[in-house]
Amino acid sequence: MRKAMAENSLWRRRAAYRLAHRSKRNVPMAEYSALSLLRNALSGNRDWTPAWRKPDPKPAYDVIIVGGGGHGLATAYYLAKEHGITNVAVIEKGYLGSGNVGRNTTIVRSNYLLPDSIRFYEHSLKLWENLSHDLNYNVMFSQRGMLNLAHTPGQADDFIRRGNAMRHERVDAEWLTPAEIARQVPGLAIGGTARFPVVGGLLQPRGGTARHDAVAWGYARGADRRGVDIIENCEVTGFLRDGDRITGVKTTRGEIRAGKVGVAVAGSTGQVMKLAGVDRLPIESHVLQAFVSESLKPFIHTVVTFGAGHLYISQSDKGGLVFGGDIDGYNTYAQRGNLPVVEEVMSEMVALFPGLARVRLLRSWGGIMDMSMDGSPIITTGPLPGMYLNCGWCYGGFKATPASGWSFAWTIARDEPHRINAAYTLERFHRGAVIDEKGQGATPRLH
Amino acid sequence: MLITCPYCGPRDVSEFTYQGEAGRTRPDPASTDRAAWDGYVYDRLNPAGEHSEYWQHSGGCRAHLLVKRNTLTHEIASVAFAREDQRIHSAGRRGKGARP
Repeated sequence: MRKAMAENSLWRRRAAYRLAHRSKRNVPMAEYSALSLLRNALSGNRDWTPAWRKPDPKPAYDVIIVGGGGHGLATAYYLAKEHGITNVAVIEKGYLGSGNVGRNTTIVRSNYLLPDSIRFYEHSLKLWENLSHDLNYNVMFSQRGMLNLAHTPGQADDFIRRGNAMRHERVDAEWLTPAEIARQVPGLAIGGTARFPVVGGLLQPRGGTARHDAVAWGYARGADRRGVDIIENCEVTGFLRDGDRITGVKTTRGEIRAGKVGVAVAGSTGQVMKLAGVDRLPIESHVLQAFVSESLKPFIHTVVTFGAGHLYISQSDKGGLVFGGDIDGYNTYAQRGNLPVVEEVMSEMVALFPGLARVRLLRSWGGIMDMSMDGSPIITTGPLPGMYLNCGWCYGGFKATPASGWSFAWTIARDEPHRINAAYTLERFHRGAVIDEKGQGATPRLH
Repeated sequence: MLITCPYCGPRDVSEFTYQGEAGRTRPDPASTDRAAWDGYVYDRLNPAGEHSEYWQHSGGCRAHLLVKRNTLTHEIASVAFAREDQRIHSAGRRGKGARP
């Protein structure tokens, strides 16, 4: 009886909570449904409305987010959804999806070693698992598994240690034998004549891929429908200041004031922060190249990484192989790389899948990575009053998009970090509290 | 990208190892100025435009080079031996007068 009462009161509290949060959480979002597809098909698909408006900037907002990439759009979305802050502008110098959110290899995973990293990326993975539903936008999140191949017994020990660290934090990790890998990944050079025989592999079954443009578009639409202004083709050329305090931005479309300004510009962090008078940061900008092959029949069913070099490869739903390797390894802001890395990535792919030697490359491109000094990101208040900084994603920012936006929104709304991003400060470098997954030290080209 | 090594002439970038921003001066080893050490180890200029940087011709004559390169265009303005760059000598060495 007492138990029934307790349950009853819990149930009532939950119902009251839902009622109180209904207006904020249940914004009418189901624009896309089987019914709306059918209705629009019957009317010749002429009645679809644009996924986001093209507003002119207002003179002032509560919050401005500089950077309309995945992280900036996600931040605006969660500011509106989780914190009820809807008087927000996202300022983008190009068009949505023109930067790294449309330039990555679409991999999503949380297979890290250090507790701070595991908790952050696992939070992200959990957001990914409900993202299409949350946004009412199909981001094609596919949990096809993330497989790290080990090629030496020492590397296997290292991977198993990482797998155990993940399981400590209740993240899924499994160790596969070469025979199991051979069954799961046909065409892979495993033993016998393999140039780099495989001794095992660490699988995260919940890892996978997502449609990267859809992530930008979905967050953009979700933010827009909640009142956020997304202002494209509007470059920030300076900051408005009152003493030390940042009070807005100067742009190519005029001055815009704001109570708070968040900067989430990835590879352009150095350029944008210089406009605010911050000359030195623990960041170097580097170029990462990525590649897509011609379409093939489906044969790679998971994301596979090569441990004897650095290669990650998956197959898109269109059939193209999507893959990449190391960054070029020198400071650059040019969105293109050099040929030695292209050759290295191709040779690694052929070492792993000898049968791909004659497959043709469809296209390649480069994106600018904000490489931090310990390989981990920065999501923090500051470094100036009225300013908030989100950067240092190295080349792992795509999978972090939901948690980055979620925790950056929290940090902006409450002027303090959430516990999942509390470690990602700027001053960790000055306290020696670096989060260096690989133990490489302050040499960004090695992270 | 080709880098013209003063010894070897123009060579492919794959022969070289990147060593990062030039001109970061190491504080005197006896220094206890934490901000100076933090800045030296972690902070970078990361300019969009001309960048002074060190490369080693590790696949050639092994000389350490000071390269001025544009980070927006990859255009190289000059290449010199790093030993001719006065800035590489640490504050400590300079203070003790071990090298000019």
